[in-house]
Amino acid sequence: MNQLQNFTKGFFKENPILVLVLGTCPTLATTSSALNGMGMGIATTFVLIGSNVVISLLSKFIPDKVRIPAFIVIIASFVTIVDLFMQAYVPSLYEKLGIFIPLIVVNCIVLGRAEAFASKNTVFSSLVDGAGMGLGFTMALGILGSFREIVGSGAIFGHKFIKGDGVLVFILAPGAFLALGYLIALINKLKRT
Amino acid sequence: MEYILLIISAVFINNVVLAQFLGICPFLGVSNKVSTAIGMAGAVTFVIVLATTVTYLVQIYVLNPLGIAFMQTITFILLIAFLVQMVEIILKKISQPLYQALGIFLPLITTNCAVLGVAILVIQKNYNLLEGVIYGASTAIGFGLAIVILAGIREQLELVDVPQGMKGVPLSLVIAGILALAFMGFTGIV
Repeated sequence: MNQLQNFTKGFFKENPILVLVLGTCPTLATTSSALNGMGMGIATTFVLIGSNVVISLLSKFIPDKVRIPAFIVIIASFVTIVDLFMQAYVPSLYEKLGIFIPLIVVNCIVLGRAEAFASKNTVFSSLVDGAGMGLGFTMALGILGSFREIVGSGAIFGHKFIKGDGVLVFILAPGAFLALGYLIALINKLKRT
Repeated sequence: MEYILLIISAVFINNVVLAQFLGICPFLGVSNKVSTAIGMAGAVTFVIVLATTVTYLVQIYVLNPLGIAFMQTITFILLIAFLVQMVEIILKKISQPLYQALGIFLPLITTNCAVLGVAILVIQKNYNLLEGVIYGASTAIGFGLAIVILAGIREQLELVDVPQGMKGVPLSLVIAGILALAFMGFTGIV
């Protein structure tokens, strides 16, 4: 597989949310607006790239039996870095994403890529894989976030284009489930044709 | 009285799955049969109560005095992984039937974000130990309630003819959305 395919598979063929349906918790929770969703996506991308690179560097030295705990420690370190960094530089976004920043550590995508890809591949392809998967994740969050923001509050990236409220339910919890459900159904439909 | 309010709030109003979006993976993954859903709910309750207690004590007596509260994420996830592993080993030794019922769910629980989420929330909300444990337990009950309801609905829908693209995850998500809508009706009772 060449590096370009390796990069783009995260967007469509193996999109972590829309096709593999991994990491649904942050997906549902942080997409009440496009900006929040994409902020979450970028934070996850950073963790994915970092952990993929470090794990592929260390994979020869980590004994097979303790690899999962070792991976988790590496991932948790990067999550802590992101956590402190966001707290310092983007406090308003940090406030909104709240508990879901530390919870990147239990995001199945990150551990999944570590186990399925980074531990078996070279440093460079792991980096490309992490970037592709992370940006695919960000893209899916962006789409879902934009949709919910446009329908739910009649705004996009915080700029309102209608007067009054939108269909408020799409900003609230039920709308997250419904929007993601129909989005995946749409992808399934497109995949088959 | 305030404990009762805490319980009602955690089970119904701020339901962990339907309002806070924690633990969605097992919620969608092991909700095709009521019996497995009950098993998962039991295992999660057990682990959440245990994990909340231990992480709380570690935070108060180790991390805070040493001034390394920023190590919270790493410490908590390792503690949870360790606890889950211990519970699995102990259950296997002392109670075979319980192990049969809960065993297969235990490895999945480490990456259940509800466990880590509740542990962190208890610290963030400044609960004391008793409140923390009650909050943890009622959150887990809320999780159990949601997953059992979803499993019940999905069992009924097994034989229904749904459009091809909606089968599986999309259908579960839409059902969950409607459930979340129903649970929103509890808002304001406390």
